[in-house]
Amino acid sequence: MENGELTLKDLYSKFRDPETIKALTKEIEKEALKLKEPMKVMEICGGHTHTIMKYGINQILPDNIEFIHGPGCPVCVMPKERIDHAIILAKQPDVILATLGDMIRVPGSKSSLAKARAEEANVVPLHSTLDVLKIAKENPDKKVVFFAIGFETTTPMTAALMKRAFNEGVKNIYYHINHVLVPPPMRAIMDGGEAKINAFIGPSHVSVIIGAKAYEFLVKDYNTPVVVAGFEPVDVMESILMLLKQKNQNRCKVEIQYKRATTYEGNVVAQKLIEEFMEVRDTFRWRGLGDIPKSALKLKDKFLEFDAEKVWADILPNEPIDDHKLCICGEILKGLAKPNDCKVFGSACTPSNPLGSCMVSDEGACNAYYRYSR
Amino acid sequence: MENKKITLAYGGGGEETNKLIKELFYENFKNDILIKAEDAAVINLNGKTAFTTDSFTIDPIFFNGGDIGKLSIAGTCNDLAMMGAKPEYLSISFMIEEGLDFEDLEKIVKSISKELKKADARIVCGDTKVVPAGSVDKIFINTSGVGSIKKENISAHNIKPGDKIIVSRDIGRHGSVVLAKRFGVDTDIESDCKVLCEEVNALIEAGIDIKAMRDATRGGLSAVLNEWAEASNVAIEIEEEKIPISDEVKGLCEIFGFEPMDLANEGTFILAVENKGAKKAEEILKKFNNNASIIGEAIEGKKVILKTSYGSKRYIDLPKGELLPRIC
Repeated sequence: MENGELTLKDLYSKFRDPETIKALTKEIEKEALKLKEPMKVMEICGGHTHTIMKYGINQILPDNIEFIHGPGCPVCVMPKERIDHAIILAKQPDVILATLGDMIRVPGSKSSLAKARAEEANVVPLHSTLDVLKIAKENPDKKVVFFAIGFETTTPMTAALMKRAFNEGVKNIYYHINHVLVPPPMRAIMDGGEAKINAFIGPSHVSVIIGAKAYEFLVKDYNTPVVVAGFEPVDVMESILMLLKQKNQNRCKVEIQYKRATTYEGNVVAQKLIEEFMEVRDTFRWRGLGDIPKSALKLKDKFLEFDAEKVWADILPNEPIDDHKLCICGEILKGLAKPNDCKVFGSACTPSNPLGSCMVSDEGACNAYYRYSR
Repeated sequence: MENKKITLAYGGGGEETNKLIKELFYENFKNDILIKAEDAAVINLNGKTAFTTDSFTIDPIFFNGGDIGKLSIAGTCNDLAMMGAKPEYLSISFMIEEGLDFEDLEKIVKSISKELKKADARIVCGDTKVVPAGSVDKIFINTSGVGSIKKENISAHNIKPGDKIIVSRDIGRHGSVVLAKRFGVDTDIESDCKVLCEEVNALIEAGIDIKAMRDATRGGLSAVLNEWAEASNVAIEIEEEKIPISDEVKGLCEIFGFEPMDLANEGTFILAVENKGAKKAEEILKKFNNNASIIGEAIEGKKVILKTSYGSKRYIDLPKGELLPRIC
């Protein structure tokens, strides 16, 4: 802080401070010695996977702490048939397809939005969701389809866009909703039981919205502690320490390390805004994890005429498309394998030519392994 | 000049073209060879000569710390300088979209003239085309250049284990300026766009044994180090805390999820020198920019490795694909 004013630097520099990381490493080593069994901790969110690999946190922790990478990468869990939807929509002559940056290079079954754009499909990568409004106003003769993707973090932005569009009478925006929920796949993984997870690092930004209370079921139903962690290396280290202390003191609770942004109740205003426009789907197909009941959102029926899935229902196929036979993204997303267990990792499957979804996004486990430690 | 906009007539080869060439280009680039206005420039070259070409297109054409004109001279002169050559003769071609403000072209030309003086180089031939609106974006510039080699055997293939890696200043500025503009963020960051001849000359004069030298343009520091590791068949190990990055660039990268090491520079170069001359080279570069820093060294092996001060390591890969902001 300079002159008492908060600067951008204050938001990250201390949370990457090497001296703090070294001190935490020592504390973690001390606690880890007391563990009765190895701690298998799943970081649910791809942002954490990225932090762990980028800062090499897995390299500096004791051997009896193992990270199991979770399914929290919105691009990674999107089934191919839904990515095909985006490509088909983008190719409609009267459509402008707008979506958040990363989606552009994700391969569907045959193509990607980047390739479609090169073939003159109208695709706009967004930095801010609200830019959709501007695009729609500037192109009143076009149908602007917002391909909405992301966990609970990005969902309020879609709802806010809808609210603004309706308030301002903008009628040429359509929504293809792919917002998925974090708790249902966590339950699915614990019900599967194969990954033998005995601790969780809870997502940062998702928890800002849904609140730490959303993870109580892990304590109650599965007797597994959760610490909601920030995205910086010091955050992850401190959260590991908090989990170790819970284990060694025979406690099992939902705790918040990321106190600077997360509360137990979450962002109630955002939750209400989402409820105004969206509701839970009966079921949603996750890439790698299969059908999970009540694990994603859709537009409420009263907004039917703006629901791209309904408006273009005739041209959007819904048959499941399997991943490449050699790809083990499914196992990785369930926490049953690590990227370097895959035969094609780093050879036939690379970030420039991904066979599976975990290689595509920066937050995918395979991409993080490839970039930082293959 | 009366006209406010460049029209197709300026590229027609007639009166307007002549006026443009004489009153704007000759006036600003004036030298004996150019004003002869022959079909080709006649130049004398002695000994080993470096020759390079580059085309420049940038949106916006005027940015914090430079413009497309400055860029077109710095780009080509720096490529020559990086081979140990002193830039001497340059060619320049303009592809102009009709409708460009004459005032803008004038500003660009004046900026070119200013950079030429810094590089002590001359434009000896050129060409101008004006194309219909939409055929190019405002203005594209191509420059080619030749320069006599002052220091031989600078090559990406020369690096041996033990050689030190030095960066001439803080990284990622030019890329940050362009990305901030593209994504609509106001920033005070200035591009590093600059002719590097003086820095290189100082190193050569001091007798520094330069093994390899490259300006970290597109792909940034990551690209240069990866290219060197592959070409010289070595690993390059760098220390995270030694890499100079300004708070502004770090902040912008935080917002968008970019890596400063992947961002383009236009006046920043990387140097590989033998261990014994490394300190001296760093001192010389610090006189030009205090952020110059020895960031690591070549070792046996492959790939580029980043070491943290708390004991972890990670690979630094070639940046891939188009730079897109992350989803969340």
